[in-house]
Amino acid sequence: MNLTLKIWRQKDAKSKGKFVIYKLDNISPNCSFLEMLDILNESLIRKNEEPVVFDHDCREGICGMCSLYINGRPHGPDDAVTACQLHMRKFKDGDTITVEPWRAKPFPVIKDLMVDRTAFDRIIQEGGYISVNTGGAMEANHILIPKPAAELSMDAAACIGCGACVAACKNASAMLFVSAKVSQFALLPQGRPEAKERVMKMVKMMDDLGFGNCTNTYACEAECPKSISRSNIARMNLEFICAKASWE
Amino acid sequence: MSASLLRFSSITKKIWMALLGIFLLIFLVVHLSINLCLLKSDPTWFNDAARFMGTNYVVKTFEVVLFAGFIFHILLGIILQVQNWMSRPVRYAVNNKSTTPFLSKYMIWTGGIVFIFLAIHLVNFWAMKLGWVGGPRFADGEPNFYQKAIDLFSIPAYSLFYIVLIIVLGFHLNHAFQAAFQTLGLNFTKYSKCIERFGMVYSIVVPLGFIIIPIYFLLIR
Repeated sequence: MNLTLKIWRQKDAKSKGKFVIYKLDNISPNCSFLEMLDILNESLIRKNEEPVVFDHDCREGICGMCSLYINGRPHGPDDAVTACQLHMRKFKDGDTITVEPWRAKPFPVIKDLMVDRTAFDRIIQEGGYISVNTGGAMEANHILIPKPAAELSMDAAACIGCGACVAACKNASAMLFVSAKVSQFALLPQGRPEAKERVMKMVKMMDDLGFGNCTNTYACEAECPKSISRSNIARMNLEFICAKASWE
Repeated sequence: MSASLLRFSSITKKIWMALLGIFLLIFLVVHLSINLCLLKSDPTWFNDAARFMGTNYVVKTFEVVLFAGFIFHILLGIILQVQNWMSRPVRYAVNNKSTTPFLSKYMIWTGGIVFIFLAIHLVNFWAMKLGWVGGPRFADGEPNFYQKAIDLFSIPAYSLFYIVLIIVLGFHLNHAFQAAFQTLGLNFTKYSKCIERFGMVYSIVVPLGFIIIPIYFLLIR
């Protein structure tokens, strides 16, 4: 495949970035998108040019590091996959592919296509955990969990925190991410003791960091590589209403 | 007032937006039921209903709540939208191609158009009731809304304008109904299809009810 790449290059957080056009020839349709970028970077290094910086880690679709906005969609044209699991066969020979970093006020660009997603860590620090005393492991069946609740909780826990929901949302809202992290605990008995405090603190941090407000367009759900459901947002809203109403 | 609204969390603002929206959805049904009296050739029905709405103290109290509801719904909508624009200072070069319900992306714009219609509507009827603008009146000095409505609908350009704006209102309602339930946390998978369908029916039937009236006056009477 012969491709034209239009890639956002930005020296550092303070510099003004711009698109740079690269031509790539003889790319295998079986290449992953990141492997294609590796080939580009190898050719740039050979020419003594600065390689394109982009986030990646496991390349197995489970770590949530890749964060590329490809041709107007986070993680590119395939559904329910991360950019590392996207293959070049999803494009046509001769295509021009535009690659941008996630765009959101709380996700500032560090360099080229790499953005700082510390904002998500700060939201997690506000309540994305349960407090337990350390010690010997307790009997596994001591707290019984209904199977449907366990299933829903696991579905919410599938969120890898990549930020595609924020990138896709026209308002740069983090509601799908936060709601998944709230839901995974809210659905389980172990998460209930801190449920009220958790939802209020995580929502407050989300607002303080400058994420936008949800307008229920559901672009987040459409682009989530882990297919996190919008029903988590409804659940978080209800958790928030109940917490606010009954908080002493 | 705006400063204290800004201090509310994002979800609190949206909950108020949704509650006021549902209140306005109910009001629209009441409004439509009175408007449909215009279809009867005997003006007594409409005039009696209009007089009841204008004099009953419960209704007059609700009028204040209704005005407050409109103002807060509009104000919150603007605040949320400005915050949303600010949350992405650098826009994407390629427009978003995510699969989303088409009308959901244009709520601020359809809402803005509905606001223009609301302003014109208030000048035509509410300002006339208060005597700020002229209009047909009964012998006892009470405003004759039936005659006013007929006078307006007899102007084809106004009727066309009315029909177009009611269609835009329908676009706004189409997304608004299920979005309100989602915001209030009442949109779990179990009920979501039912809510979506009811919202779709509401957003077609109610605007259609309003549109029938100018069509009736233009084509039949």
